[in-house]
Amino acid sequence: MVAQPLSKDPQPAASSTRPVYEIERLSKTYARNKLVALDNVNLTIQKGEFVSVIGSSGCGKSTLLKIMAGLMPPTTGRVVLEGRPVVGSRPDIGMMFQQATLLPWKTTIENILMPIEIREGRKAAKEATTRAMDLLQLVGLGDFANVYPGELSGGMAQRASICRMLVSDPAMLLLDEPFSALDELTRDFMNMELQRICTERNATAFLVTHSLAEAVILSDRILVMRARPGHIVEDVRIDLPRPRTLEMINTPLFGEIVAHIRDLLGKEAHE
Amino acid sequence: MTDAPNAATMTTGADTVWVEHEAFIDRIPRWVAMTLLFVFVVGLWDLVTRMGWVSAIILPTPGETLADLIFVGQNLMSGGYMLEALWTTTLTVFYGFLIAVAIGFSLGLLVGETKFGERAVMPYLVAIDTMPKVAFAPLFIAWLGFDISSKVALAAFIATFPIVVATAAGLYAASENERMLFKSIGASRMQTLIRLKLPTGLPYIFTGLKIASVGVMAGAITGEFLGGGKGFGALIRQSASQLDTPRVFALILYLSLLGLLLYFTVVWAQRRFVFWNKSDRPGGAA
Repeated sequence: MVAQPLSKDPQPAASSTRPVYEIERLSKTYARNKLVALDNVNLTIQKGEFVSVIGSSGCGKSTLLKIMAGLMPPTTGRVVLEGRPVVGSRPDIGMMFQQATLLPWKTTIENILMPIEIREGRKAAKEATTRAMDLLQLVGLGDFANVYPGELSGGMAQRASICRMLVSDPAMLLLDEPFSALDELTRDFMNMELQRICTERNATAFLVTHSLAEAVILSDRILVMRARPGHIVEDVRIDLPRPRTLEMINTPLFGEIVAHIRDLLGKEAHE
Repeated sequence: MTDAPNAATMTTGADTVWVEHEAFIDRIPRWVAMTLLFVFVVGLWDLVTRMGWVSAIILPTPGETLADLIFVGQNLMSGGYMLEALWTTTLTVFYGFLIAVAIGFSLGLLVGETKFGERAVMPYLVAIDTMPKVAFAPLFIAWLGFDISSKVALAAFIATFPIVVATAAGLYAASENERMLFKSIGASRMQTLIRLKLPTGLPYIFTGLKIASVGVMAGAITGEFLGGGKGFGALIRQSASQLDTPRVFALILYLSLLGLLLYFTVVWAQRRFVFWNKSDRPGGAA
């Protein structure tokens, strides 16, 4: 069951929790310079969960994401998505990058259909056009389907890349600092959009970020990572009620969580 | 009593409108500027020749050159021997360009797409590229004889290298994130090449083609200078050896039309096929 039909109802399936992504004893060593990028990482992500990873540069969070995406093999350990080991790219993983990486010679809709075109051919892509249009409506880009990316703003381009990630209805979303290139106001807006989309689809997501506030406002859990060797120091549960709003940033609980994580991160900086 | 009147004028709310001064030389419109420069250069040329400061054998008067320009033009129009020579050179340039594109693009793919090409082939290409390629002309003549093929070979030889370098550079141009995206959606090497790397590299490849289009002309004419034959280059050499300088000037001008034609064909093709490559594209790859 790789490609599930997209037209399933957005039921709140949060009650029936089951692990989607499981990582055991994962480590990664770059043999050439004997650098241990990841050391004994264990992680389970449940269906519908939003998990973020935060840490200074070089703490191994990008390596972790690449291994989870099947773009890079681990040195030791087990990486399992939906019961099947990840040994290479998978159609049930959707990725998003810091840049929108839309191809400038394709229209928005063609960009969104590209993953399907690559995997299943032109005909399958054509058949998925209505689905792609629905996704564009979902992110408010319905009128921009036939526009080239050069005419989209940074935020609009990232919304289009959300559609491209969702078009094959992936079981797992891997987000690599997706909004860090946007200005702060757009970024807040996009974070709320992302929350809405994830809730509507009961999506399971893993976010790599540099922004504490972003991680706290979006996540159910935050993994705090430290470098040399890259490992998880704490798995922080965020007990803010859902749906989250931007106003929550001003609540005492939010402040406490941020202070706690900053403390965890700060220890490293002073060591 | 210091600046009392000054302070008083400041309080009145007059608009502070002022005009930015632009120097006269920056205000001349393009067509006027071009005409002015043309008139100035031709005027100077006329003066220098008319006053006899420069010998007529070295520099003909503008009038003589114009007369020859018309004469050569008539010969070309009426299908005379000059048209035949121009046609020979055109064919040389055309074949040379075609061969350069075929070989250059293939080598560029090898260098840009495979580690073997980058590690083994590229160093040799760089070594050959640093040699003065015109020096190979006698070799080509010895190998291929005095007809058109030796000139085609030299023209192609000169024009190949910019295309190799541009193609290889173009294939490297796709960003890390774009490559990751293609890898993550499970694209094969061929799919990544055709759907990502080649389109991304097109602007680079066209730059290489423009440089090659200039080089192929130089190669063809050099070949005709050194190897004789029936081309325009041979005509120029003949006229020069007869000290018929106005004819040389006229021939060079018509030859430059051939170069312009090739160059602007490439520019047209670039506009046609790389429609997305504007100066800024915020939504696309950085």
